[in-house]
Amino acid sequence: MSVLDNVKFDADGYMEDPNAWSKEIAEAIAKREDVTLTDRSWVVINYARKEYEAKGEAPTLRNITKNTDVDTKELYSLFPGGPGKLAAKVAGLHKPTGCI
Amino acid sequence: MAEKKPARKLSIIASKGSLDMAYPPLILANAARMAGVEVDLFFTFWGLDIITKKKMDKLNVAVVGNPSMHPSFHIPTLVGVIPGMSAAASAMMRKEIDKLDFPPVGEFVQMIIDTGANIYGCKMSMDMMKLTEKDLVDGAKVLGAMEFIEMSEGAQTLFI
Repeated sequence: MSVLDNVKFDADGYMEDPNAWSKEIAEAIAKREDVTLTDRSWVVINYARKEYEAKGEAPTLRNITKNTDVDTKELYSLFPGGPGKLAAKVAGLHKPTGCI
Repeated sequence: MAEKKPARKLSIIASKGSLDMAYPPLILANAARMAGVEVDLFFTFWGLDIITKKKMDKLNVAVVGNPSMHPSFHIPTLVGVIPGMSAAASAMMRKEIDKLDFPPVGEFVQMIIDTGANIYGCKMSMDMMKLTEKDLVDGAKVLGAMEFIEMSEGAQTLFI
């Protein structure tokens, strides 16, 4: 049994309903994607959730690096394998549409 | 979960150094890194201006002989020959780029280096333009075309 058993995902692995997200789900998605979450990862995830709640979509990476103390280098080390996809997946958001 | 696929690779050859042609390779390189794709960027001929310290933040857009300028930038050729027109159009374009939250060229190149993409200056073009590695942005390396082709094995390649 996994906390993900009752969570619906789209074909690319993003949560269908961002409002069904929880921290436990984030941990489980991260594990599935081979990402280890640290306190610094949570700075990114919490900011992404905050932006989603305010604007209804995943923030661009540039938005994240401009408005948190996580810079580009660190963002890529926190989410190796593509922070554009992974940060949104772990934060339970849809695939980001921004180009930057 | 799906089995691990081999890492995707993208090789981009940037050959143009005008302001409008500097952004496509940078945007695509950055987008690829965002999606976890490995990126090698090879700057050749005028494209070298994009990674040359003294020039990267002074790139201009051509107003004469450029039929595809967006209406909001449009300047008739006969007006375009007046000194300062190119600089004015370039300033206008920089402002529009900034509105979309895309960084200026110098900052963008640094950002792409920080994402882990590899940046190379074409050796032959650099010899021709009397440039050395010191003239390039920190982190860029000088490379011959043959080596770049070799490292691009298995990669998707874009010539811009």
